[in-house]
Amino acid sequence: MQRRKVIGLAGAGVVGAATAGAVAWRATGGEAEPAAPAPDRISFYGERQAGIVTPAQDRLHFVAFDVITKDRAALIDMLQSWTAAAARMAQGKEAGALGAVGGLPEAPPEDTGEALGLPAADLTLTVGFGPSLFDNRFGLRARKPAALADLPKFPGDTLDPALSGGDICVQACANDPQVAVHAIRNLARIGMGVVSVRWSQLGFGRTSSTSTSQATPRNLFGFKDGTANLKAEETALLDDHLWVRAGDGPDWMTGGSYMVTRKIRMLIEPWDRTSLLEQETIFGRDKGEGAPLTGKGEFDEPDFAARGDDDEPVIATTAHVRLAHPTQNGGARMLRRGYNFVDGSDGLGRLDAGLFFISYQRDPHRQFVPVQMNLARRDQLNEYIRHVSSGIFACPPGLRAADDFWGRSLFA
Amino acid sequence: MRTTRLLALFAATAATVPLAACGGDDAGSDASSSGKITVAASDTECTVASAQSDAGTVTFDIANKGNKVTEFYVYAPGDRVMGEVENIAPGLSRELIVELAAGTYETACKPGMIGKGIRNAFQVSGSAAPLTEDAKLAQATKDYQRYVKSQTGALIEQTTAFVNAVKGGDIEKAKTLFPIARTYWERIEPVAESFGDLDPKIDAREADLAPGEKWTGFHKIEKDLWVAKDVSKSGPAADQLLVDVRTIVDKANTVTLSPVQLANGSKGLLDEVATGKITGEEDAFSHTDLWDFAANVEGSQAAIAALRPALEEKDAALVKTLDDRFAAVEAALEKHRDGDGWKLHNTLSQADLKTLSDEINALSEPISKVAALVAGK
Repeated sequence: MQRRKVIGLAGAGVVGAATAGAVAWRATGGEAEPAAPAPDRISFYGERQAGIVTPAQDRLHFVAFDVITKDRAALIDMLQSWTAAAARMAQGKEAGALGAVGGLPEAPPEDTGEALGLPAADLTLTVGFGPSLFDNRFGLRARKPAALADLPKFPGDTLDPALSGGDICVQACANDPQVAVHAIRNLARIGMGVVSVRWSQLGFGRTSSTSTSQATPRNLFGFKDGTANLKAEETALLDDHLWVRAGDGPDWMTGGSYMVTRKIRMLIEPWDRTSLLEQETIFGRDKGEGAPLTGKGEFDEPDFAARGDDDEPVIATTAHVRLAHPTQNGGARMLRRGYNFVDGSDGLGRLDAGLFFISYQRDPHRQFVPVQMNLARRDQLNEYIRHVSSGIFACPPGLRAADDFWGRSLFA
Repeated sequence: MRTTRLLALFAATAATVPLAACGGDDAGSDASSSGKITVAASDTECTVASAQSDAGTVTFDIANKGNKVTEFYVYAPGDRVMGEVENIAPGLSRELIVELAAGTYETACKPGMIGKGIRNAFQVSGSAAPLTEDAKLAQATKDYQRYVKSQTGALIEQTTAFVNAVKGGDIEKAKTLFPIARTYWERIEPVAESFGDLDPKIDAREADLAPGEKWTGFHKIEKDLWVAKDVSKSGPAADQLLVDVRTIVDKANTVTLSPVQLANGSKGLLDEVATGKITGEEDAFSHTDLWDFAANVEGSQAAIAALRPALEEKDAALVKTLDDRFAAVEAALEKHRDGDGWKLHNTLSQADLKTLSDEINALSEPISKVAALVAGK
């Protein structure tokens, strides 16, 4: 409790100097964000939450929590403590003002310490609220957006309930894996007694580019996927497809976005035994360049009408690029932000690996759902993948200043 | 404390009586008044002859007129144990001598030795100067010492009974007594652990041993009882266990734990739960881990209760949080009660264990703050 008070104080007085006794081990000044953030720091405050259109960092630690308290005030108190700690960690500081070594010798350290000496590494922490939070426990039923309705069952789903859903999620992205893990670990610790970790996922390599400044990375099948992703620079498209507008639903979500997560296990070994020709047919792209089979460069528009010498479509009717393309889905676009994962090997010696898919959109039921339904029914890739975990979360707009906190407008 | 009626069989013949010694400073002028306060305990009632007393030494004379083994407690607010008598067999009487300052207390009989017991208010009047902070901390160590004494008394009784059952070849009785004897051990384990090699001699698990090391203690006999189902060769191990327990009890009653040690002990006991009991590693053959779980939590609570007057002054909100979270742990555990004991660990689902783990985490975080608080810097 002492810890929470200290954090609360720090949060309330973010512009003040660091609390006496605090060890300023990375930043030299107070806790206010510098006017011009250092090159490896992403501003925690702003109109939008960081970690959505932020150029995708290399590493992910994602966690979904169940709320275990019945006490609404305790939940709000924890969200305030989380916000204060998150603001500090986004600046490369320790989770609490006393830090890892600045507290009393008899007390457990306020910060767990494994990020001492590491840079901020572009850490972003993005919060979302799941459908289950809007039951009767906290009086939020009337505030549940229609867009946050549970996802339908898709053909072929093999979801593990223990790895799916959750009341609250936090997405930590950074360019140093230890920085991302440190952030989630400290938030989980602050939340003890109020929330309990339901499931979590590490991702080691980004699979999406969210800015035109970034090259499209490859997934573990070796392909460039998501070339047609929404990007930070496309502001008009973002307003249409990414950000929730006034009138879309409850006001507390205006300016936010909805997140969908899918853990997609890849059946690596059978895929690796598949011929190059078949692999390229399944994706509808060439493996080297990432160009659609009807073009030469990665960003050439696919020509879905083109037919080959055999009069068959050059891009097969069941090819991934066709089924996922906006032109085949009523113009539905999403901002994808997924990560490759390898959770070691399974008991049969197979790589336990795949894609941790994350997408952000204005309304998952008009964007993610129709696309995924299309893929689930017809995509040839389904032979090589299994969807094992699923989540949907409402990510509110950004925090304006240090007196704001995650969930303030929701709980107002 | 989770015992069965079987206890009556040997409690009556036990050589030692775990009398709660009096605590307090040398306020040993004369006792409050002439007589003892009689307590008539039955399986359903707890009739205390007087609901009040003058400050000073108060003596209760408890007669168990019921059919279940009972216990008698005097609690200060927050269930801080001022004095207790355990294992009062049916038909027996015991005395409790306790030093009480002016204030509000509760008495409790616990027929069957479970639950909160049958409570009565008890008012002590008189003038006693409030303790200074240092005095409150000093009092904490004395209170806890008294707790250790009561527990170690019961530990010897119950270990003796267990050892006798093993040596007598009565496997069923020994199996019943195994988790009960361990209860008293687990409540005071932080004290025991301060005596280096005695703790492993009494409590080592098979996996703890280095190659060539000799395995002794509770868990060796546990394996004989549950896996080999043969105790014909367990006699020497049983004798050694009792010798080691007696040695550690003698030592335990000579040490005084500092307030910081008490605080760390309360945390350490919960760490024991988190690392050994929730996982089912402690009692890998008998699966009686929940007895140890309950005992660890009770021991942790006893240490916090001793520190309570000092903590109240330093951070009343923390004390409230600890009360709430101890209650939440108890409620979560209570769902797994089975008669006077507990369900076996291997019958709990993963979801059950997750709930227990969450509650222990919720309690352990605030408890980890106590040591720095009583260190008082």
